[in-house]
Amino acid sequence: MILYVTVTETPNVAGAVETADVASHLHPVGSFDVAAHPIPSGREEIWRFTPLKRLRALHGDAVLQPGSALFRWNTPEGVRAEIVDGAEAREVRGVSGLVPNTRYAARVLAEAPTTLLVDVPADVEVGEPILVDLTGRDATTAEAVDVVLRFGRHSRAVVVLNHTGSATMAQVVEVSVDDGAEVSVVSLQDWADDAVHLSHVEAAVGRDASYKHVAISFGGDVVRMDSNVHYRGPGGSAELFGLYFADAGQHLEHRLFVDHNEPRTRSNVVYKGALQGDGAHTVWVGNVLIRKAAEGIETYEQNRNLVLTDGCRADSVPNLEIETGEIEGAGHASTTGRFDDEQLFYLQSRGVPEDEARRLVVHGFFNDIVRKIGVPALEERLMAAVESELAKNVTAEVVR
Amino acid sequence: MSTLEIRDLHVSVDTEDGPKEILKGVTLTIRAGETHAIMGPNGSGKSTLAYSVAGHPKYQITSGTVTLDGQDVLAMSVDERARAGLFLAMQYPVEVPGVSVSNFLRTAKTAVSGEAPKLRTWIKDVNTAMDRVKMERSFAQRNVNEGFSGGEKKRHEIVQLELIDPAIAVLDETDSGLDIDALRIVSAGVNRFKENGDKGVLLITHYTRILRYIVPDFVHVFVDGRIAEEGGSELAEKLEAEGYAAYVDAPAGAQA
Repeated sequence: MILYVTVTETPNVAGAVETADVASHLHPVGSFDVAAHPIPSGREEIWRFTPLKRLRALHGDAVLQPGSALFRWNTPEGVRAEIVDGAEAREVRGVSGLVPNTRYAARVLAEAPTTLLVDVPADVEVGEPILVDLTGRDATTAEAVDVVLRFGRHSRAVVVLNHTGSATMAQVVEVSVDDGAEVSVVSLQDWADDAVHLSHVEAAVGRDASYKHVAISFGGDVVRMDSNVHYRGPGGSAELFGLYFADAGQHLEHRLFVDHNEPRTRSNVVYKGALQGDGAHTVWVGNVLIRKAAEGIETYEQNRNLVLTDGCRADSVPNLEIETGEIEGAGHASTTGRFDDEQLFYLQSRGVPEDEARRLVVHGFFNDIVRKIGVPALEERLMAAVESELAKNVTAEVVR
Repeated sequence: MSTLEIRDLHVSVDTEDGPKEILKGVTLTIRAGETHAIMGPNGSGKSTLAYSVAGHPKYQITSGTVTLDGQDVLAMSVDERARAGLFLAMQYPVEVPGVSVSNFLRTAKTAVSGEAPKLRTWIKDVNTAMDRVKMERSFAQRNVNEGFSGGEKKRHEIVQLELIDPAIAVLDETDSGLDIDALRIVSAGVNRFKENGDKGVLLITHYTRILRYIVPDFVHVFVDGRIAEEGGSELAEKLEAEGYAAYVDAPAGAQA
């Protein structure tokens, strides 16, 4: 079972109609009004893969109560990080230009009582990662969590959002990257088995700014993360990386949308996942829109899935919508494959025992993406997480 | 002093039309200090013999025995065979993305010798082995065989042979696809291995040219899953002059 799609040539779409507001199917019209978003039925394009019944009504009218998740963070020198509410919270919401396209995101903006605000002022270079722990303590109550990360001009910073524990969480993370800033946001979903997590991450990337988002999902019953990017000026660059490992019964869904709305912007998307166990389900939907104005842009997206056992399902859907042919390059690739027996044989023929050979192959599969994260302290932890996932059943019921 | 004994080995592979017998009774003994060449036309089962001895899951042993110093090789897993002293240099070495050559070599050496090699001498050993086959040291940081040319993959196999230092080496068409310089380098590596002690070598090849550099003690001509003729290195010269036509065109009964 190998699916491989690639588009490498520069498409010629000279006949594209120029309109101010493109009616792209990748970019449904949003609204802050919760009532404007009907409760999804599951037939909608953006919900068709998600197991709504397991969401505890988080996509609909679950009662959102504050206080179950515990927030802890460090504040390196020059950084402001605090919980704000009232007028200040209202003021910072929408700083990324986000207009919600889902009911849950609209509800978070309307109903979350507070906002966790991280502010890195202009020209500040933060020497150490800003670590934010969000620890869930109760999956039986649903909670709305709003996070705003603001990075001033020419600032440099790394923020790690670490999600652990039990929770039923609807979340919006807004990221504003001002001109020339260099920013990484790493979101770790290391939830307990009963967690349900819907998260919309919206980033606005300024002129000549660099933004890196890394989504890492191991735990949880259902995790769905939408990682979206648009640009505020030419020359911006976005790297969207992902690493996920789904076990039996887990649903891990990653969607991304890169809106190339400015010229000479770049995007590079790499998501890699492994699946093992009955009912393990991963979804990756990579949407890239190149608007008429976005001349000279370059984009590439890829998703690779490694299926370790029978009974897993990996959905992988790259979408590329191109409205100008005047671009540097645009491509996508998607592969889903089983463990390569020839790789195992090769390693074993050099004396390496089978379970160690499997570990080596899976480590190798994730290795390049782990290196791209660029947070050394995390690399070891991630490889250890991969290790412990593998230990769960790498030697049992493995696909031959 | 190791001895690899192959007795009346029958091997099948699964095909769409059911199992197909590839090896039809192969008997061969390789003793330490001996170099055996197996020659034969394409499709005669030479590579099947190599992979069956190494334990590739694609090949089913239907009867016969393989022993290494009396131990039942066929009862061993692939990695156990390697740790027992067997090494297969592959015709098409496999790419392993994300695993560096350096990590791979150290993991393999540790597995085979049962303990991690001492860091300082190990790095020196790796560099020496790579220098000897004129492989850039920077290859140690690259992923295993990924993006290597055909010749670079074969040199990497020889580096492994030198470092793992098995008792018996099976070389499956290590010469194919090599230019003359690379052939000399690879052959020199095999000869160094032989001189390193009492080693057994089973050299599988389609062509005679590698036998100008690695002189075999015994030559076996493989046809249709059996050894059709055996002799000394003079048999290779005969094959060089006459090719395989005499064996392939002869009626099957004539060889029995």
